Amino acid sequence: MIETLLWLVGYQLAGELISRTFSLPLPGPVLGMLLLFATLALRKSVPESMKLNVPRFLSHLSLLFIPAGAAVLAYRDVLAGFGWQLIVVLVLSTTLTLLLPGLLLKLLLARHRHQEGA
Amino acid sequence: MNTDAALSVLRTSPLTGVFVTLLAYKLAVLFNRRCKGHPLSNPVLIGVLLLLAWLLATGTSYRDYMKGGVMVQMLLGPATVALAVPLYGNLSRLKRAAGPLAITIGFGGLVGIVSAVGVGWLLQLPQQVLLSLTTRAVTTPIAMSVSQGIGGIPELSAMFVILSGIFGAVIVKPLFNLLGLRDDMVLGTATGISAHGIGTARVFQLSETAGAFAGLAMGLNGVVTAILVPVLAPLLH
Repeated sequence: MIETLLWLVGYQLAGELISRTFSLPLPGPVLGMLLLFATLALRKSVPESMKLNVPRFLSHLSLLFIPAGAAVLAYRDVLAGFGWQLIVVLVLSTTLTLLLPGLLLKLLLARHRHQEGA
Repeated sequence: MNTDAALSVLRTSPLTGVFVTLLAYKLAVLFNRRCKGHPLSNPVLIGVLLLLAWLLATGTSYRDYMKGGVMVQMLLGPATVALAVPLYGNLSRLKRAAGPLAITIGFGGLVGIVSAVGVGWLLQLPQQVLLSLTTRAVTTPIAMSVSQGIGGIPELSAMFVILSGIFGAVIVKPLFNLLGLRDDMVLGTATGISAHGIGTARVFQLSETAGAFAGLAMGLNGVVTAILVPVLAPLLH
């Protein structure tokens, strides 16, 4: 577990450092993810401790979003002020952004496989 | 006996925040299992509702709660980094589909911005709300910093991100079943683009491949959005 945390926190810190040094639009954790991915690809394997612990850690990803959800309490008046319009915007836009890229990727993958097969 | 003082310690101690968050999550997971994983019993949705009920019932302010809540939230950073591991596990699929994935995520980033601002504009929401909506589809830290940069309200942006993430996590599976979209890579990528981390947590329950691609799409859509929004925002001024 300690080794896993050293990897993860270390890469997050590296991400933060690079992100701030070069004023990148990417937050440290996202950059850390891309860096760790590059490292694993170069290393051509996942360290044993991460192989064991990361799936267990990620199976509880939902837990980590619960505190942020409680912020609704602090902003309920603002949110209520926009009422139904806001609900329509969030529902429609979330649905469209799931749907259109999903359909596009399905189409592109089908064409891609077809070309590879031909 | 000094019950008042004891209760006040209980209400403001960071440990209470940690405990209540863990308990809300545990109960939400049990409820989700009892409902056989029904999308509406999503653990983030139920967990947040339970937590809100506790905060309202005890009169705890969000600020007091967050003294402990922040300790749980802090793990989001390492968890995001950890997404690299399942992604690496899907390296061969990723390599084969790199082109289609890149096109889809670029397109999806644009859809995420335009759909939120477009519908909001049609419904005549005020300009500052429209600016705060531009980052609806990306992970909270990117949303807040980009929104701030273009004159939006960062906290409002964060709320939009979280609410639509929960909504996306609830509807994605029924929606894609309805349309016959059953490929895990497609499910994961679309979820990561539209419903960021909360959606990613949801599809991880369905398959590790879907979760891996959701994490990748979330990260890359963050990049796309962070680049596009500052370019497009002047159109709203």
